[in-house]
Amino acid sequence: MSDTNTTAPEGNGTACCGCKKFSSAAEAKFAELDAFIETLGLDPADERRRGRLIQILHRAQHIFGYLPREVQQHVAEKMAIPESAVSGVVSFYNYFTTKPKGKHVINVCLGTACYVKGSEGVLRELERVLGIEADTNPTPDGLFSLGSLRCVGACGLAPVMLVDDKVYGKITPAAAVKVVNEIKAKEAQA
Amino acid sequence: MNQIKTKADLMAAYEAAKGKLALRLAAGSIDSKKKDIVCCGGTGCHASNSQELMANLREEIKKAGLENDVRVIQSGCFGFCAQGPIVKIMPDNVFYVQVTPEDAKEIVEKHVVGHEVVERLLYVEPTLKEKIHDYAKMPFYAKQERIALRNCGLIEAENLEEYIANEGYQGLAKALTEMKPMDVVQEVLDSGICGRGGAGFPTGLKWKIAAGVKADEKYIVCNADEGDPGAFMDRSIMEGDPSSVVEAMAIGAYAIGAQKGLVYIRAEYPLAVSRLQMAIDQARACGLLGKNILGTDFCFDIEIKLGAGAFVCGEETALIHSMEGQRGEPTTKPPFPANIGGGYWGCSTNVNNVETYASIPVIMRKGAAWYSKIGNWVTERDENGHWVKTVSGNAGTKVFALAGQVNNVGLVEVPMGTTLREIIYEIGGGISGGREFKAVQTGGPSGGCITKENLDTPIDYGSLMKIGSMMGSGGMIVLSDKDCMPAMAKFYLGFTKDESCGKCTPCRIGTRRMLEMLEKICDGKGTEEMLVELEDLANTIRDTALCGLGQTAPNPILSTLRYFKDEYIAHVRDKKCPAGTCTKLFKLTITDKCKGCTKCARNCPVGAITGKIKERHVIDQQKCIKCGACIDNCPFKAIVKE
Ligand SMILES: Cc1cc2nc3c(=O)[nH]c(=O)nc-3n(C[C@H](O)[C@H](O)[C@H](O)COP(=O)(O)O)c2cc1C
Ligand code: SF4
Ligand code: SF4
Ligand code: SF4
Ligand code: FES
Ligand code: FES
Repeated sequence: MSDTNTTAPEGNGTACCGCKKFSSAAEAKFAELDAFIETLGLDPADERRRGRLIQILHRAQHIFGYLPREVQQHVAEKMAIPESAVSGVVSFYNYFTTKPKGKHVINVCLGTACYVKGSEGVLRELERVLGIEADTNPTPDGLFSLGSLRCVGACGLAPVMLVDDKVYGKITPAAAVKVVNEIKAKEAQA
Repeated sequence: MNQIKTKADLMAAYEAAKGKLALRLAAGSIDSKKKDIVCCGGTGCHASNSQELMANLREEIKKAGLENDVRVIQSGCFGFCAQGPIVKIMPDNVFYVQVTPEDAKEIVEKHVVGHEVVERLLYVEPTLKEKIHDYAKMPFYAKQERIALRNCGLIEAENLEEYIANEGYQGLAKALTEMKPMDVVQEVLDSGICGRGGAGFPTGLKWKIAAGVKADEKYIVCNADEGDPGAFMDRSIMEGDPSSVVEAMAIGAYAIGAQKGLVYIRAEYPLAVSRLQMAIDQARACGLLGKNILGTDFCFDIEIKLGAGAFVCGEETALIHSMEGQRGEPTTKPPFPANIGGGYWGCSTNVNNVETYASIPVIMRKGAAWYSKIGNWVTERDENGHWVKTVSGNAGTKVFALAGQVNNVGLVEVPMGTTLREIIYEIGGGISGGREFKAVQTGGPSGGCITKENLDTPIDYGSLMKIGSMMGSGGMIVLSDKDCMPAMAKFYLGFTKDESCGKCTPCRIGTRRMLEMLEKICDGKGTEEMLVELEDLANTIRDTALCGLGQTAPNPILSTLRYFKDEYIAHVRDKKCPAGTCTKLFKLTITDKCKGCTKCARNCPVGAITGKIKERHVIDQQKCIKCGACIDNCPFKAIVKE
């Protein structure tokens, strides 16, 4: 699943840890990640330090928005484990992504409860309106990413759509498009 | 909260806290001046704005100067999320549904101050079309027996004191101060509780095996991965009653001799993660986790491990690999997790599901004899009354997530042996939209469908296996005549194909092949030979895949082929979809019933409908994406599928 992305986050800039060149914004992000890893007190002699990998990747994705190769390398170095161990894990889990996401992330639930209530129709309509395929690249303007997921536990409200972690229940194709248009309007004003 | 260092401290805390629940456990009248307004704070109701509602209620109560008499309680999920946000006023026993933040003012002014029910917010019973005034008379709840869900919708979810107020941690206290570890194992064995995560393995037996392993380092794990999409039992328990999981894990750890607990929870459940963390932190702060718990030698603590979106990680060996920071690929058993070399970092490890744990504290408190009588369990016992052999049925209750084409969508907890008919028609209020019942799918992507003929089957692990389905973790999807069975099989295979970890060939390649065939069938490109081929392949994969995911992936196909062969035949021979959902197999046309009202044209998302006002409209078949919006909108039923 993971074709690793080689562009450095935030482009190039000043040097940080001496290994690569990053902008100061990226530097701050790496510093934040390092500070987090520091709190875990990993012992390079303890083979069980690997057990922290998924937790660290969660934090890294939270900070960077995605997990490009540089971030994976960095995590591998900090944990003193092979880079392949990191990329193997990143590619295995659906939650981790190696590509940047749009400013607003839309996810339609394709869990069973939502599917039988017509969520696929909502997803198809959003694909059509946004002009992108689900689970691929964001819209060219970078405003939206579209994805699907399997159940967020709000099945009673099926079909369910998530926009930036806000749950919309009992959604129809028309209502979903309305939400998108409202965001577009807000963004145009800003 | 005070330190709880001994059993006496716990009982003192209980005595001090007990009063908090008085209004909620009593049946009183609307005239009561003191009230508890219980608002649902679960994921479902949060999504429908319950937090704003609670803030408004608090504000209105303050304005009315009633802070001393009326409290707003944020509870966990009532299991009735479809009608959320839910508000229950106690001791009046009045249950309001679909309450908006704007309704707060009226609830306080009319109900709280005026002692009068707000009729428009009452729940309308779908079969009788009657407003329900008394919560106790709601058919949805009346038939349920809530043990695992005992605290959901009752206590304040984020407050350990309220958990203690409802006899929380007394099960652990009893175990630690009155019983030896082997007595605890025996009690759980005699209770008859079986794993609620799907396989139904007797929990007491599992604990006995783990307890029998001699090792200094052992782990107890809670499987909170809840992979079956459309099921949310575990989510509700963790959000509404997180402390019950913590207490149960401590009891289990004492029984098997573990020092550390781990909860593996899916990242898609942020609210459950935070509530569970709160319950752990609160327990640790007052000494219920940590060193020398309740003044005994027993030391125990719990850590949360986040998943990262892989269904297969619900399988216990995969789950263990995932907790070790590896790819979550299953490995062959033996070694089982309980064996040395099979568990977390090679240590003996016991894995149970959230719902299994949630029942344990009550079993400890009320005893095996009490629990084993709930349900339809028939056993042989020795002269001491200990379990020897199961004759039929199972003990206790099971929580189901009722969803699909049923009137009352939600979580229901019923005794084992309840029939599907009772669940769907009495608790569930029957099929929605005046549709016809077709089948019910249990066991999620690993399960199968159950037809009308088998609606009176008692629900227990064995009976469901016999009719070609399985209990699974509790997903129960009701399907009506508008659902296409080959399309459902295709949906489930799409899921298992996506979630196959790829480690073994039968599953990796096989799920893909089966999905391709189902896609062809649904597109009208299938043949009768293909059905034979599909069945053969399904049987092969079932017998050769490495883990439960692959072994059970063919079940939705095999069971729909068994019970709905005619629908498959219609797709491959006549190229027709009887349910009218396979979009390649029908087109929409406007008949001469059309009055030219233009409503369909205005609602078509792709502009496929044209026509002059008051004249018959036409659909451009090239443009139409068969979304069905026009059919739903035509006031004259002029549009037909053919
Ligand atoms: C593919 C697959 C997925 C599973 N997913 C879950 C799950 O999400 N939650 C769960 O509790 N058990 C799941 N199980 C079952 C676990 O392997 C294990 O049997 C269970 O957690 C044991 O707990 P119990 O005995 O209390 O049921 C799954 C099994 C398989 C094969
Ligand atoms: S059956 Fe499927 S999920 Fe299980 S190990 Fe094989 S490929 Fe992986
Ligand atoms: S089915 Fe949908 S796309 Fe086709 S005509 Fe009707 S509204 Fe338009
Ligand atoms: S909505 Fe029905 S009646 Fe109105 S124009 Fe369309 S087909 Fe004709
Ligand atoms: S199936 Fe969509 S939220 Fe559960
Ligand atoms: S989340 Fe409120 S009833 Fe389920």
